[in-house]
Amino acid sequence: MKWLVFSIALGVSAQVPYQRIVEAGKEPGNWLTYSGNYSGHRFSPLTQLTAANVTGLRMKWAHQFPDRRTEVSPIVADGVMYVTGPNSAAALDVRTGRELWSWTRPLPKDYQSIGFGHVNRGPAILDSQLFVTTLDCYLVALDIKSGAERWSVQVADYKPGYSMTVAPLAIRGKVVVGVSGGEAGIRGFVDAYDAPTGKRAWRFHTIPEPGERGHESWATDAWKTGGGSTWVTGSYDPELNLIYWGIGNPSPDWNGDSRPGDNLFTCSFVALDGETGALRWHFQFTPHDTHDWDATHVPVLFDADVRGKRRKLIASANRNAFYYVLDRQSGEFVAGRPYSKQTWAQGLDDRGRPIVNPNTEPSEQGTLLWPNLNGATVWFSPAYSPREGLFYVATREVGSIYYKREADYKPGTFFAGGGENLVPNEEGAGFIRALDAATGEKRWEFPLHSAPWAGVLATAGGLVFSGSDEGNFFALDAHTGKPLWEVQTGGPIAANPISFNIDGKQCVAIAANRVLYVFGL
Amino acid sequence: MWRWLAVSVLAVNATAQVPSEPDLASGQKLFTSQCALCHGVAGGGGRGPSLTRAKLNHAADDAALREVIKNGIPPEMPGAWQLSAREVANTAAYVKSLGSVPAEPLIGDVSRGARLYEANGCSGCHINGGRGEGFGPELTGIGSKRSAAYLREALRNPAASTPDGFVYVTATTNSGETVRGIRVNEDTFTVQLKDAQGRFHSMSKADLKELRASRKETPMPGYGTRLSSAELEDLVAYLAGLRGKA
Ligand code: HEC
Ligand code: HEC
Repeated sequence: MKWLVFSIALGVSAQVPYQRIVEAGKEPGNWLTYSGNYSGHRFSPLTQLTAANVTGLRMKWAHQFPDRRTEVSPIVADGVMYVTGPNSAAALDVRTGRELWSWTRPLPKDYQSIGFGHVNRGPAILDSQLFVTTLDCYLVALDIKSGAERWSVQVADYKPGYSMTVAPLAIRGKVVVGVSGGEAGIRGFVDAYDAPTGKRAWRFHTIPEPGERGHESWATDAWKTGGGSTWVTGSYDPELNLIYWGIGNPSPDWNGDSRPGDNLFTCSFVALDGETGALRWHFQFTPHDTHDWDATHVPVLFDADVRGKRRKLIASANRNAFYYVLDRQSGEFVAGRPYSKQTWAQGLDDRGRPIVNPNTEPSEQGTLLWPNLNGATVWFSPAYSPREGLFYVATREVGSIYYKREADYKPGTFFAGGGENLVPNEEGAGFIRALDAATGEKRWEFPLHSAPWAGVLATAGGLVFSGSDEGNFFALDAHTGKPLWEVQTGGPIAANPISFNIDGKQCVAIAANRVLYVFGL
Repeated sequence: MWRWLAVSVLAVNATAQVPSEPDLASGQKLFTSQCALCHGVAGGGGRGPSLTRAKLNHAADDAALREVIKNGIPPEMPGAWQLSAREVANTAAYVKSLGSVPAEPLIGDVSRGARLYEANGCSGCHINGGRGEGFGPELTGIGSKRSAAYLREALRNPAASTPDGFVYVTATTNSGETVRGIRVNEDTFTVQLKDAQGRFHSMSKADLKELRASRKETPMPGYGTRLSSAELEDLVAYLAGLRGKA
């Protein structure tokens, strides 16, 4: 009766209390948050896979989703892998990929995605619950043993253009989520809900109303439809009790005429008090953005020496093609430089504000500029290796011709005011780049056939994993960028890799189009 | 957060509303900035077909025309997702007004063109109406895809306009062997070629010393000097009349 032995893993111990997540590094065989830890590292402390044996990777199992272009980053805890899709979730046996339970929520017939695909980027786990967001803007808590709903709460109304694709962030007693809708003229926010009951604990509006700090950066009524979506999972510093979250573009995207001013807190990182949601500091990467350069990136937290002094830092390779290092206690600008081709700014001033070149705004006849609207990188995750002190980012080098158009706000419709055309005969380029995390200086790059849509995973075994739009899933040497292993998955990769153990053996997982693959030795 | 262009739900929404009075002048401006690159400044055609025709294959009525403009025709005609519903309607109205502009007259003779097609070995490289060899692009519906001016140029100077998926490359292996062919696919680690005999070659980039793609080269011979200019016009008239499967 060998199977009895395995079932013990599902006993009362299958709980993921907050403290386990804080100390996620102590149990590298699991993958407990969207980014693997609270610091946004997407780094596995596992050391079994190395440059010497990575060529021995073979497929262990695969799981097929009903939906195309899956962007999921799974959670792995105590022998179970949790995955999500648009309005769906499932628990899989981590040894075989066989389904243990599944859950779906019907999508209303009149729901529409304005400016993005029907996707979901993953769940969050806390205690005995799995948290999932839905396209029609519900946050749902599922029992991790059965998939049964414990509670669900409406976060926003999807009809005027709000939606949810984000993987939640679970902290002590709370679940934090954000919304999509930056092409529909929403007014964005970050919300926290009480994990046991689903009651809303706080809301931080990314677009301040009259009387609130930052409102002076909106000269007109445009703040009411000012955008500022929050569709990528933030990071958390348990010691400072600060949540770090990236804010999206102002609306309308490409026509800034109706919204003079810096348009805070769009295209910014904000630091919010975990208990109250109060704003501690903000840093705006792209003031008065007119190119759709959301700052919706996973904030990467690390400590390093800066001019001889140990500092608590936060870093981002931004969609606007600059790499930034800030102090994560104060938001003070520490360092910054371009990490990808850009033609919109001369550089950054000593407070990190861009010195913008003339004639870079979208125009009726078209304005040629790098990077294009997808940016030098987008939502897919970077990785940080504490072992190497390197920040790895999948980089897109694509230019475009930006157009400005009229923009009329009608609830539930595209409110963009322009767009882009590709540059004739330009073949966009793609790279995995390794930057010195404290300075942004480039250490190495690995060229890809085209601009990528996949995130990066770094491991303590000295490897970096990522994927290409042509379906290659590959491993590079974390120190040199040398390619070590590659497999063709058969579908475009637009997801983030993770690493965990099956029966004490290190594995990596990646979603490619409809299929989630698990590889191990 | 726009990040993925295939958003058909949105497109349906944007094209469903029929605006009251389209503005031709705005439509013309939009056409010049968004469409002229492929369809020519006055819609006379180029890489895309001439639009100075009363009847369009993909656009039986006004609603269908707005749909084509908004969604495009994969893989070669991109959707104009960046235009608002009103702008799409204005552009469509302008495209429709082109239908009353006389199309470029074709002076060639179609049946002489058909004989020249047979006599000049075109079938050795192209499939047309199910017959021929599949080395170059299929020509069965070429007349509804490309303008006469483009076809004329494609015969005179084929390297000037290589369609997507037909880039000619030269791969040199580390051991010095050379393979030339059409690049049928490529990813970060591998490349797949089709040589002049129609054989596929699968190569790992790690085994290559050089992979040279040239938009200036093509295996298709130029016919500018092989044919008289009258014959060239006959062949263009024949190709322009190839409108797809009946
Ligand atoms: C990158 C080149 C390109 C651009 C830009 C482009 N088109 Fe096209 N278009 C094409 C091609 C190629 C076709 C033929 C596609 C086919 O039949 O497979 C086409 C087809 C069409 C058709 C259908 C013609 C028929 O006979 O049914 C219409 C209408 C059209 N385009 C309008 C437009 C408009 C309006 C714009 C600008 C908003 C535009 N196109 C922009 C390349 C382009
Ligand atoms: C040796 C092979 C070969 C022969 C012979 C040949 N072609 Fe081609 N043809 C090609 C290839 C390969 C391409 C694609 C690359 C390019 O455009 O140069 C092409 C492209 C074309 C195109 C452009 C198609 C598009 O969609 O842009 C046309 C039109 C065409 N050929 C017509 C002809 C005609 C008519 C003949 C005979 C008079 C002919 N070809 C003979 C190989 C050939």
